[in-house]
Parts: sequence; structure tokens; C-alpha cells
Amino acid sequence: MSITSEQSTGPGSTRATTTALANTSGHGSPAADKIFSGISLVAGVLILVVLAAVAIFLVAMASDTFAADPTELTGGKGFASYIWPLVVGTLIAATIALLLATPVGIGVALFISHYAPAKFAKPVGYVIDLLAAIPSVIFGAWGASVLAPHVVPFYNWLGKYFGFLPIFEGPASQTGKTILTAGIVLAIMILPIITAMCREIFLQTPKLQEEAALGLGATRWEMIRMTVFPFARAGIISSVMLALGRALGETMAVTLVLAGGPFNPSLIQSGNQTVASEIALNFPEAYGIRMSELIAAGLVLFVITLLVNVLARFIVSRYNTGVE
Amino acid sequence: MSKRIDVENLNVYYGDFLAVENINMAIEPRSVTAFIGPSGCGKSTFLRTLNRMHEVLPGARVEGKVLLDGEDLYGKGVDPVAVRTHVGMVFQRPNPFPTMSIRENVLAGVKLNNKKISRTDADDLVEKSLRGANLWNEVKDRLDKPGAGLSGGQQQRLCIARTIAVKPEVILMDEPCSALDPISTLAVEDLINELKEEFTVVIVTHNMQQAARVSDKTAFFNIAGTGKPGKLIEYAPTQEIFNNPSEKATEDYVSGRFG
Amino acid sequence: MSVVATRPSRLTSGQTPKWLVPVIALVAVILGAAIAALIGFSVGLWAIFAFLLFVIAGPIVIGMIEGSRKGKDAFARFLVYGSFLLALIPLVSVLYVVIAKGVPGLSGNLLLTSMNGVTGVHDNAAAKGTEPILGGIYHAIIGTLETTILATLISVPVGLLTAIYLVEYGRGGILSRAITFFVDVMTGIPSIVAGLFAASFFAWAFKDPSMRMGFVAAVALSVLMIPTVVRNAEEMLRIVPNELREASYALGVRKWRTITKVVIPTAISGIASGVTLAIARVIGETAPILVTAGFATAINWNAFSGWMATLPTYIYYQIMTPTSPTAAAVSETRAWAAALVLIVIVMLLNLIARVVAKIFAPKTGR
Repeated sequence: MSITSEQSTGPGSTRATTTALANTSGHGSPAADKIFSGISLVAGVLILVVLAAVAIFLVAMASDTFAADPTELTGGKGFASYIWPLVVGTLIAATIALLLATPVGIGVALFISHYAPAKFAKPVGYVIDLLAAIPSVIFGAWGASVLAPHVVPFYNWLGKYFGFLPIFEGPASQTGKTILTAGIVLAIMILPIITAMCREIFLQTPKLQEEAALGLGATRWEMIRMTVFPFARAGIISSVMLALGRALGETMAVTLVLAGGPFNPSLIQSGNQTVASEIALNFPEAYGIRMSELIAAGLVLFVITLLVNVLARFIVSRYNTGVE
Repeated sequence: MSKRIDVENLNVYYGDFLAVENINMAIEPRSVTAFIGPSGCGKSTFLRTLNRMHEVLPGARVEGKVLLDGEDLYGKGVDPVAVRTHVGMVFQRPNPFPTMSIRENVLAGVKLNNKKISRTDADDLVEKSLRGANLWNEVKDRLDKPGAGLSGGQQQRLCIARTIAVKPEVILMDEPCSALDPISTLAVEDLINELKEEFTVVIVTHNMQQAARVSDKTAFFNIAGTGKPGKLIEYAPTQEIFNNPSEKATEDYVSGRFG
Repeated sequence: MSVVATRPSRLTSGQTPKWLVPVIALVAVILGAAIAALIGFSVGLWAIFAFLLFVIAGPIVIGMIEGSRKGKDAFARFLVYGSFLLALIPLVSVLYVVIAKGVPGLSGNLLLTSMNGVTGVHDNAAAKGTEPILGGIYHAIIGTLETTILATLISVPVGLLTAIYLVEYGRGGILSRAITFFVDVMTGIPSIVAGLFAASFFAWAFKDPSMRMGFVAAVALSVLMIPTVVRNAEEMLRIVPNELREASYALGVRKWRTITKVVIPTAISGIASGVTLAIARVIGETAPILVTAGFATAINWNAFSGWMATLPTYIYYQIMTPTSPTAAAVSETRAWAAALVLIVIVMLLNLIARVVAKIFAPKTGR
């Protein structure tokens, strides 16, 4: 603690009348202040440096891939044709997750903010937060060993009656390890993100507006549609975008749940693969150009999630200034 | 330990905005000086320039001189931190440190600066400061309890004790009673009367009866309109300000005709 | 009075009788079972059909009795309650499965031995019941603790100091706005990309493309942890009343001492609870460990040399590559037991965070 050099100077004893104001021995030197603010500045700048380093190292390590002969890469047709199905697979999984998680997430948020009795609202919030605390590998293990077998009859049914749609083309996978199952697990994982953010915003809806709506004889649902949703629209959108960012980058749930393969339009058959899962499955054994290729795939994933996140922040910031 | 303050041609700016214009004032040692005036007239801002606390606010700066027994607070090589050990300050809302006990709060000025102090010296300083703040008898049995557990008035006197413990020459008070109930206010006003035996006290107040009760001299500040700088209108013995002011604006204000 | 009571009130007329909703629910459950049985019965399908029937039929009936506005209101209410129940299903199921499948595998042996020397032969014997299940998670617990502690040691100083810069020094300047923005961006980095970054950084720094050790994993985890720590600490520092800073300055205390001795102690409970939550989040990370620490079956105390296992990667590899491919159930038993240990650790950390926030909060008395 003693960067400063003060000795046992009792209070008041250092006071010589003429130089009192410049005397600094009683309260440490101004240099200590400079050092401390300097250290905190360095820490802040370090974060910028790290983020720049993430981008630079990914680009540097991936550059071999972009320079390499297309035949050297997996699939032998160049990086674009290698990454394309993976990106599509990632988008399919994330889209399924969003379609499932968004309505349920908003519903749960509404339950906590406007439907649950006041006594239950807080514990219910904790319970949903618990969902967010469960490690992804456990969700993955659960999805593979519990969820997947249970959805097989449902997939059979889908294949039988909706098989005319390409996305439900049969015969359905008999292990249940399909992109649809992976999407369901992803949906469970991103649900707490949507719920937590929406709940906060729903609770901020001006009470006066809500009471005015109820006072006019609106039902609870009409009140929510008239006051809560317009107020929270941008917040809902950005929470969904953040959840999308998470779903795009989530690895383990897909790796463990999906029996991956080449692109397959049918969601109830095995096949498809996501970028993150492809990296996790292959990186441990990769070397040389294969390693660079996987890092390039990571770079693509980084750019996609970055765009999604920046867009989400942009929506929030624009909306915030619009309201105030 | 008490010193005089002389303010010469002082201007205070927030960025480009001139908040307080051209103040000249002499504050006598061992006296209580009250600053009164309507909200936004710059009296609190001016008070803060007397111990350089305005520098905590972003963009605030000062031109002119503030002399403490002839030594300029804004002179070259003056350490603002040193200034504040000579000119202490008590705030509008009681703000004891929530993580500290009553005893630690009183010793905060010493301990936070890592000064070494023996146990007996510390005990003496705590008792002397709390007695000086008329708080000793109320808290001597619970010095190790959190300072935030006291009543509002007790907390404010604890803050005064904390300021006294640093042994300043001047104590500035920024509306010290505005967050207190009438009984606590009375206790703090009594204390102010005792403090002037040892310190130079400057107090900003919205309450004109309070200014009349506690102060020897009163300064009336006013503002011509929003966006205009605050000015010192009249500075005179308190009796004169309230009974026989020389300025029309002062008379209007103290008689309650505006503000 | 009795006349008033028996006369149908205008306020209560046209309301659905109380027994109606449970009856609709019962009918929905029975019909749901019937439809599910038609197409191949499973509990999941049954639940889905029963739920759909209830949510559709209930509001229609209510709508017919009370008018379409009330019907819509009931529909929304059912959906909201339904979505909550729906969200509970995976939570309950995951917790139940982890406990049910994890408890049988729990033993002193599991907690106190590594996988060193455990081969398919032992697992095959265990599957036949001639030998107890050998092998455990001791090495993975050590790896998890070491990588997490190292990550915390990196993240907390950097994160806390950054938050201090943002709150106490930055004052909304360009740099502090840039840091805030990029911290937000960092929050969104996929965990596997953080792992790739750490891996490629060390590969470059040591000119060794397969540079894997616990410390690399710790760096990857730090990339994930720092933004969480910054944002939480920033929030906690901002709610420290400015009056306390001013009080300290007015006593002639320097800014850095004010920050370290007044501001941080006042906010410490919130900061500590935020750090604990951040630890709970990264302790369960798998993907970044896979690409940075490799995988080991033996105990490795040294985070700065050699491959290392952690609990999440242990679970992953036990499931994906069973020790004995013909007796995968044995590996799965170990995996679920490890999952149980991991979940208990994570839940404990969450609990600690809440307790810390409550107990050590400064008593302001206001």
C-alpha cells in the first residue's frame, strides 16, 4: 500500500504555515494518483488490444487457407464450397432455435412480469436463470441421450403426414440425432437470454399507461398489446438478436446431439453440420492446412456473430435515444 | 486554529459557461458566514471553489484568487488534496461511509491517508472530535456500530466530527440541515455556534431564519436570469442584511417577495 | 339482502362457471391421448396434443360464453402459462436425468482417482459385473480448478481496473465509449472462437501449432470472462453514491485511495457476486478447452506444460469416445456422475453469489 513515502507524521505536525498548501507528505504523492489512473487505463486499452489480437491472429492463421490451392482443402473445391454448407447448417439450427425460443421466451417473460402472482414472480425468475446456469455440455448430453429418443415418434409422424414438405421429408432418423433436435436444444439454451432481457423491459412499461388501459375496460391481453408490446418492441428485437448470436456460436449442444453430415434439406434426417461443431469435432486432431482451414471457419463464425451483435446493440442504442 | 479567507476577482466557469462572476469577499476567522440566495445563483458552486471541490465536477474551472491567510489556493504548486485538509466540507445529505463503524468514520481522514496513529492517540482523537460535534454522549457506547445506523441528525454530526478530526482551519457547510428534521436541525445549529470558537465556518443555506440565527455575516447572491452568471449582491453583517439592507434585491429576497 | 344475492348481478352475469376450465383440460388430456395413440403413442406427443387442444378449445368455449374479447384474453393467458410450463419441462428433465443417472456412478473412487491406466478391458469387466467401475474424475477436477483459477486471476484485475477506468476516469470520452462498445462486442464472441484465438496466439508465440496446456485454456476462458466482469463491476461502481467520493475528497484523501478504500469496499459485495457468477459460467465451458488444453487421462498438476482434462471435456470425451466401445454404458455412467459433480459446483457457485450479494452488502440504513 505504501507507494507514498510518508512516515509516522502525526496529524497536524507537518504543518509549516508558509508551505502548508504545497506540502504533500501527509496525504501521499500526486504521482500515486497518476500511476493508479495509468494502470486502469492500461487495463482498458488491453481489452481493445485483445479484441484486435483476436481478429488479427484469426486472420493470420487463416491466411494459409485462403492462399492454398483449392484441391488441398477438405472437399477439394476450395474454401467457399467447404464453408458454405456449414454456414447454412448453422443458420438452419439457429433459425429453428429462434422460432421455438422467441414465442416461449416472451411468454415466460410476460408470465413473470404480468401474470404470475407477485409472490412467485421472483422465484420463477431465479428458476429460469437456473436454465442459463446449466453447462452446455450437460444440455448436449441430455439432448443426445434423453431428448433425441423421445422425439423419434414425432419425427415419424411428421415424415408420414408432412413428408411432402422438403424439410420434413422421410424417412425420419431413428436415432433422433437431427438438426431439428439440435435446434430444440439450442432453443432451450437461448430461452433464458430472451426471457431475462424481455422481463426487464416489460417491467419498465410505464405503470400509468397500463393503468390507463385497464381503466378503459381493456382485458389484460388488450392492455399488454396496447402498452407493453409497443414499449418493448425494440428491446424484444435486440434480445432476440443477442440470443441469435449465442445460438450461432453455441458448440457443444450441436456436437453431441447432431449426427452430422453433408447438407440435407430434411430437418428430421441426419446430416447438416454447424461451423462451431465442425471446429470442435475436428480441431483436436487437426494439423497443418486443416488447422488453418478450421481457424478460417472460426473467423467466418466470428464475423457473422459480430455483425449480429453489433446490429443488436445498434437497435438498442437507437431506441434508447429515441425514447428519452 | 482558524484562518481568514480573502476572495479576489473570482470567476467560475462550467466549460464556456460563466456560472459565477467577479466575487470579492473577506471572511473573518472565528466567524460564521452564511451564503443565501435563490436556487441556481451559484452560491454552492462558489462554496466549492473555497476548497477546490468544484474540480471534482467535470468541466468546472476558476479564474481569480482565493487567499487562505494570504496564501493562494490556486497558486502554482498547490496540491488540491492538501487544500482540502485545511478547508473541510460538510454536505447537504449526511454521507457517513457505509462500510465503516462510527469510530472508523471519525478516523477516516487519518486512516484513508494511511497515516500511522497509535491506539491511544486514535481514541483521544475520536473522543475529542465526537465531543466537538456534540455527539460523544449519544454514541460512546456503540463506537463499533455502523455509522449508517444513526439518525439523520446524528449522521450529519458524525460527518462534522469526521471533518473536525482532520483538524482543518475552515469548515464549509453546503446546506447541512436541508435533509434534517427540525430537532436535528436545532442540534446542528447549536453545534455551528460552538464551532466558530475554533474554526472559520462558511454555510450555504436556503433557510433565512437559519442564516439569521447562526451567522455573523451574510452574503446575498442573485442571478439576473437563466443563462446569466450568479453575482454577489450584498455582503454585510447579518443584522444589517435582514433589518436594513442597502440593496433593493436583498430586501425583496429577505422579506420573501421573491425567490 | 337475500333478494340482491339471488338476483343475477350485472357484474357477474355471463361469466364462465368455475368448473368449466378443468373440464376442458380433462377432455383435452383424454382426446390428446387418443390422437397420440392413433399415430404412435409417446408421452411427449400426448402432452403436445393435450396442450394444443386445451389452448385452442378453452378460449373458444370461453369466447362463446363471454364474448370474443374475453376469449382472446383467455387464449393469451393460456399461452403465457403454457409457455412457462413448457420452459420448466427441460429444466426439470435435465436436473432429474443428471441426478438419476449421476448418483449411481458417484463414489469415492470416482472422485479420487484419474483415468490413468483404465482401459477397455476394465470397462468390459465392469459391464459384466465382475469388477467395480474403475477410473474417475480426479484429474479433471484438478484441471477445472487450475484453469478456472488462472482465468479468474487474469480476468478479475483486468476487468475490475477497466471498470474503474470507465466509471472513475473515462468520463464518457471517446476511449471509454470505445471500450464500452468493444466490451459489448466481446460478450458476443462465441466460446469456440475464444478458444481458437488462444490456441492460435500461443501457436504463433511459441512457433508450435499444437501448443496445448492449461494456461492456454485459461487465456481462452479469460476472453469470455473479462467482459462479464467489466460490465458487472461497472454497474456496481456506478451505484456507489457520488456523495461518498466527495466526502472522501473533502477529507483530503487522494482519488486513488478514495477508489481503493471507499468506492471498492462499498461495492465489493456486488463485485464479488458478479465474479462468482462469471466463474460459474466459464467453469462449464467445453468448446474452448477442447481446442486449447487438449485432453488427458492422467493427473497433470502443471497448467504450464502438457495437456490437461477438465470436467466438461471429460464428460464430452467419455460420451463421444467411450473407453470401451463395446461397453459404452460404463463410460456413460462416469460421464453422468461427472455431470452431476459439475452441476453441483455450478449451482453452489450461483448460490454463493446470491448469499455474498445479500450478506456483505453495506448496511446503508437509509
